[in-house]
Amino acid sequence: MEALTFASPSVLFPLDTPRPTLRVDPPPYFPDLFLHQVVNAITAGREEYDLNSFFYTPLTDVSAVLYRQEVMKDIEDLEVYAQLTAFASAMRTVRENLAHAQKTYYERQQERWFLDAVSTYCDAVLGLTQGLSNTRLRSTGLVAFRNFLLHYTASAQFLRLREEALQLRHLLSSIRYAVRIHGLRVEVRAYAGEEDYSAEITRTFARFRQADVPGYNFLFKDSPEMNHVEAQILDGVATLYPEVFSRLAAFRQVHRAFVDPTIAVFDREAQFYLGYLDYIAPLKQAGLPFCYPHITEASSRIYARQCFDLVLATKLVREGSLPVCNDFALDGPERMLVVTGPNQGGKTTFARSIGQLHHLAALGCPVPGTEAQLYLPDRIFTHFEQGEHPEGVVGKLEDDLLRIREILADATSRSLLIINEIFSSTSLHDALFLSKRIVSAILDLGAPCVWVTFLDELASLNEKTVSMVATVDPHNPEVRTFRIERRPADGLAYAMTLARKHRLTYEMIRERLRP
Amino acid sequence: MKARLLYPNMDFDWRWAQLAAAERANRRASIRSRQLPDVDPCAGLPPNAEDLQRDLDLAPLFSAMAQDDDWIFEVSRRVLLEAVQADLEIIWYRQAVLQDCLQQPDVARQLYTLAVEVTEGRRGHHLGVLSRYPDWVLRDALETLMDLLRPLRALHQLVAQYAPCFRAEGWKQFFTTIQVNLSAEYLTEVEGHLHELKFPHGVLLSAELGPAHKGTRYRLHRVPKLRRGLWDWWRDLFEAKPPVYRFELSPRDEAGAQALGELRSRAIASAAEALGQAASHVRDFFAMLRAELAFYIGCLNLHEALTRRGYHTCFPQPAPVSEHRLSFHGLYDVSLALTVDRPVIPNDLHADGKTLLMITGPNSGGKTTFLRSLGIAQLLMQAGAFVPAQSFTASLCSGLFTHFRREEDIRLQSGKFDGELARMSVIVDHLRSGAVLLCNESFSATNEREGSEIARQLIQAVTELGVRVYFVTHFYELARSFYEKGPESACFLRAERLQDGRRTYRILKGEPLATTYGEDVYRRIFGVSCGVSHEETPTRT
Repeated sequence: MEALTFASPSVLFPLDTPRPTLRVDPPPYFPDLFLHQVVNAITAGREEYDLNSFFYTPLTDVSAVLYRQEVMKDIEDLEVYAQLTAFASAMRTVRENLAHAQKTYYERQQERWFLDAVSTYCDAVLGLTQGLSNTRLRSTGLVAFRNFLLHYTASAQFLRLREEALQLRHLLSSIRYAVRIHGLRVEVRAYAGEEDYSAEITRTFARFRQADVPGYNFLFKDSPEMNHVEAQILDGVATLYPEVFSRLAAFRQVHRAFVDPTIAVFDREAQFYLGYLDYIAPLKQAGLPFCYPHITEASSRIYARQCFDLVLATKLVREGSLPVCNDFALDGPERMLVVTGPNQGGKTTFARSIGQLHHLAALGCPVPGTEAQLYLPDRIFTHFEQGEHPEGVVGKLEDDLLRIREILADATSRSLLIINEIFSSTSLHDALFLSKRIVSAILDLGAPCVWVTFLDELASLNEKTVSMVATVDPHNPEVRTFRIERRPADGLAYAMTLARKHRLTYEMIRERLRP
Repeated sequence: MKARLLYPNMDFDWRWAQLAAAERANRRASIRSRQLPDVDPCAGLPPNAEDLQRDLDLAPLFSAMAQDDDWIFEVSRRVLLEAVQADLEIIWYRQAVLQDCLQQPDVARQLYTLAVEVTEGRRGHHLGVLSRYPDWVLRDALETLMDLLRPLRALHQLVAQYAPCFRAEGWKQFFTTIQVNLSAEYLTEVEGHLHELKFPHGVLLSAELGPAHKGTRYRLHRVPKLRRGLWDWWRDLFEAKPPVYRFELSPRDEAGAQALGELRSRAIASAAEALGQAASHVRDFFAMLRAELAFYIGCLNLHEALTRRGYHTCFPQPAPVSEHRLSFHGLYDVSLALTVDRPVIPNDLHADGKTLLMITGPNSGGKTTFLRSLGIAQLLMQAGAFVPAQSFTASLCSGLFTHFRREEDIRLQSGKFDGELARMSVIVDHLRSGAVLLCNESFSATNEREGSEIARQLIQAVTELGVRVYFVTHFYELARSFYEKGPESACFLRAERLQDGRRTYRILKGEPLATTYGEDVYRRIFGVSCGVSHEETPTRT
């Protein structure tokens, strides 16, 4: 066997940076950000590749993220995408064929499954090599893998494997045999060119034909297993063609372990990219924007334009509509987005989308939005309201505070905090008092934070807070626009719009009362 | 093999007819079946088919034609409603076919009966889950085809005997097709195949090695005839024989017997498919024949019903669209004639060159009936049938539309005028030059001034576009506005009312009158005088 001088390339992790330890369990913020739904949707039907840990492990190194962004961009090319999908489906067939070869009882059949697995493998590898040679790859990861493929497919070992498989398949496919069944007697012999009787029947009755009639969908036991009658007939065929069948037996002995380990790794890792692209494809098709975020070391300036919640978008697109896209930015001294506005106005969704954005960016994936600049948080902390607390308001408040204390203890200036509707069931006075304390603690920490609240006062605390407001349709205040706008919080605006609708503003009342 | 009786170069959609008839049969038996997936009950119909059926009261006409035959009902319904657009060639073609039918009603009915027997036959439809098994399909197809040999031979006979009596182009084509394709030799050949497919000498198949070495691309072959001649013996003895591998299953090997049966099934699958399809094709042929005949049998039924009641019919003279012809003698409403016992009053009219008929007159004076008789006659003529009149000449129309006052317009109080306008707007979407628009008390959901003005503008606009409008109204304002413009292009008709207030149900030419005598009806119904009695208002000069 030729020694391959390449270090085994990976398309997920660059060789020159230390590999992160892969997480076995999802990060704690997954449920709050609905990221488990995203990952489940991505990995559905790809269980055999065991991809979850890739999606659970955000990268902390900017160059490692860029490495993946490059690969993802290459794969977004339709041609490359098609090559990889075809390769993946062929490799799946290879595994299925080998599984059959393990299971089946008749040796001749095992040999045949093995041959089919090898042929599929060779075709897949060659197809991928040719396909990738014809495309312009830019990413370090895919270029390295393509170089590996070029060497591998030119190796004597691979060429011999392929040539032998081709010959055997050709010989087998040119066999047609005849069987005559009369009662319990069976005769097997070579086919002598007899005419197809059903064609003759079709011809005879063709003149009555008025239209296509539905064909029959006959039910045959389609197990790949053989019964002893089939096996006996196969034995008969083997005695008619002894040379072909003995070569087939030898083939399996010679080439037992034929799948190259580097190719097996690539087959798995490519699914990370294909899975994500397949997941966002319907959204892109529906016209929603995705972009590769610019990743910065520092968190001093982060923003995204036209971003949206992936989970909500998936649901809405399936129902035929689109989510509302929103912008956000934290620039210079600004550290906290304070989101206020009417209930059901899209505040939680907005907060969630910012968390999703950061996690996905740290995976090296394109994120919702037309443009984004993000940093790699060392950790993401979320605190979302979890429905009713079994021990009532006091128990809940206590839990909330414990959780916040925990967060403040663990968070650094490089963490991302997403706090949603905390203290909502406390008295206004208490909520305000507690919130102000915690907000200033977070602002002192200096970590970027999204704070969803009903307390307008928090929105204008100091120059570090940015006020974002969920808006309503000015003509019909019952209609939420789900647009979150950067502007001063004004709780009265909603009430005033309602008043105008009912012509009850001061001026309107005067106007109506004028004689 | 085609039977092009309805169109010289096109099949009628017999598959639709078959499904629609089945659907209707279920409905009549009040089997609440799922709607058959492929039936579009509105297939081929104009978008306003529902309105036409209701406004022109076509149900009694369809029933008289169908006489409980669902195929005739559905086919006639479709042929008549499709006839809102027609072509002179096809009308002549069908008139000729129908004339032959009226000459030879027994032969036409015998042909139809053959088609009915096959299409109503039980076999072929109910294989259900067994259609997944080639053995069952083959067996069923064999029996079906054996059964079908009889009607095929009968068809062969009938055609041989009566071909000379049919002169229409449509019939001649059909008879020739049968003579060429269903010869005695051909029927014998078919019988031979049916015998061989019982496999008295076992099954010979061939196959290739597919994935996993399982057999694939199975083919069935005819088992070679047994060799009997001396030469064959000679060959058997001295020629090199190809190697053969033989084995025999033990009679106790049940699993083996089953496996062998499966193999046999695979081998005969293609033949079963071919024969199953062949059986379907032959049945389809009869279904096609039934669909093509159904309309004519419907016309025969209608003719007999009308003749029995003493009504005249005639073949109409269709004229090109551009001539704006409409003249008839003795026209009556066929649906009314079929449903009431008293004789229906026929009407005459000469309105050639007019694009507007404005029909006014007293309530219950026969205006609606008259309007319907115009619509039905137009449809029957355009479908290629005879019409209920002693003579009838009319220009073809490129679309027939009805805008009748509706019950629901009255029930849905809010926006009923809105609803009327909406319906009219839909009609206007479809109107083209050469269309005919029948209006019955349109816009009466609002007051006379508004209704008249809207109607006036509508009529003015569409008639200028070449649409013919037949308008029944009690709006004096409306009728008067056209009358005053000069009577050249419009024809003003009035339901006749005698001095004593009785109606004759005759529609006569006459200028519009300012009252519609609702009071008369009131008096007749309640049998009392309601105070001041109106005399006919003198017409303005």
